[in-house]
Amino acid sequence: MKAFTYERASSVEAAAQAAGSNPNAKFIAGGTNLLDLMKLEIETPTHLIDVNGLGLDKIEATSDGGLRIGALVCNTDLAAHDVVRRDYGLLSRALVAGASGQLRNVATTAGNLLQRTRCPYFYDTAQPCNKRAPGSGCSAIGGFSRQHAVVGVSDACIATHPSDMAIAMRTLDAVVETRNKDGVARTIPIADFHRLPGDTPHIETVLERGEIVTAVLLPPPIGGRHIYRKVRDRASYAFAIVSVGAVIQADGKGRFAVGGVAHKPWRLDAADAALPGGAREAASALLADARPTEQNKFKIDLVERTLGAIINEARG
Amino acid sequence: MPIHNKLEISRRDLLVSSAATVVVAGAAGGAAAQQAGNEMSLSSKVSLTVNGARHELDVDNRTTLLDALREHIHLTGTKKGCDHGQCGACTVIVDGRRVNSCLTLAVMHEGGQVTTVEGLGQPGNLHPIQAAFVKHDGFQCGYCTPGQICSSVAVLEEIKANIPSHVTGDLTAQVELVPAEIRERMSGNICRCGAYSNIIDAISEVAGIRA
Repeated sequence: MKAFTYERASSVEAAAQAAGSNPNAKFIAGGTNLLDLMKLEIETPTHLIDVNGLGLDKIEATSDGGLRIGALVCNTDLAAHDVVRRDYGLLSRALVAGASGQLRNVATTAGNLLQRTRCPYFYDTAQPCNKRAPGSGCSAIGGFSRQHAVVGVSDACIATHPSDMAIAMRTLDAVVETRNKDGVARTIPIADFHRLPGDTPHIETVLERGEIVTAVLLPPPIGGRHIYRKVRDRASYAFAIVSVGAVIQADGKGRFAVGGVAHKPWRLDAADAALPGGAREAASALLADARPTEQNKFKIDLVERTLGAIINEARG
Repeated sequence: MPIHNKLEISRRDLLVSSAATVVVAGAAGGAAAQQAGNEMSLSSKVSLTVNGARHELDVDNRTTLLDALREHIHLTGTKKGCDHGQCGACTVIVDGRRVNSCLTLAVMHEGGQVTTVEGLGQPGNLHPIQAAFVKHDGFQCGYCTPGQICSSVAVLEEIKANIPSHVTGDLTAQVELVPAEIRERMSGNICRCGAYSNIIDAISEVAGIRA
């Protein structure tokens, strides 16, 4: 790990200013992903701004009947919150499908959204990777790509976003609330928060330097059956090969987002609209533009089957 | 501290530190640099309470909680396995919750309360989970055991606190104390010897259920 200086931020404004004035600074909250990457010198900040003392760890009702989740609410507390369990069950389910108990006790809501891909070539510093070393090439294209993205990919990168929580947030139309280095707040729909890789896969979100996530907002509850189904190589503590989060209403209408297939949670209006027609129709609409590799084209079928299982469960 | 600590900052690191301090202060500039002036060092003071005893440490900022426990406080019960949060051997309880001590920095825990396997119980006065691991042969080589034991203690508390897991049925009901819940919650602790079934037996006995 490279040496770094460290400060405990005294306020959101001070944290944003400190990050805005130093291009080599990083915020640290739970640190479970950042420290892992710093040990491997994939992340090499020279200054860490500890934001844990900023009081962003509360879950509050909003005036419109939704929920405001502080950026620093840990995964365990969010999954265990009474209102989340009752009204946003999909979010609880997605959270407890991810990581381990130890990690969920530390990992935060904002950190979960900002975590980096687990592409093995991103992690292997001896290999070219456009995300880690822009312009060096992509080792996954033409390499072992079973785990990689099938849709929204580019010639520069086929990495996936690893989050389970983000799939639920996307399905529930969450909104990310931020504050920039000048103290200006903005809200970003989760659909627009993560970027597709394009030719700049190292730029993963629309956040600007010094912009800090302060909360994630959930709109009022929408009812329906909340189901999260994760397909992985072992029954627990593994990243998704494919995951599907869905809210299905009694009339068969609903919405769904898919993980493990793209650089961001993957959801399309056309696919939601096709949901009453069944899994084949909806999955086909969702993945119409897929560009899988020989090794990961099985994910196309897997999405349909996983969605089919969810639809059956919702009917049952 | 009676034992010379080999991880204490070297002269070379100090020189690097001074140089980096100048660079960062220069980059930050003006008011921000002044405001943060006292913090701009590659090492920090931090006070931790570990197993009831208070420790004042001056650590390189890079020092993980795991390395602080092992190399500075010389509590070597907590083990370093993968050092990347994948194996759970470094599990300790911080402020009442189990964490991977390898994936958190010591400086992030100013005023924190840490319990390690040494603090749960000692020979002659074992924690019930420790005694059950012995009784049920919940280990072979023993390397993952301190992490397994800290996790086990916390898992039973998490179920009692009604924190849901991946195998929880009804999210709005009280979480059931059943072996499936224990198994799922222990998945962050890997045992290469494969003592899992005996580990579940040990935890189940303490929980008062049949494995």
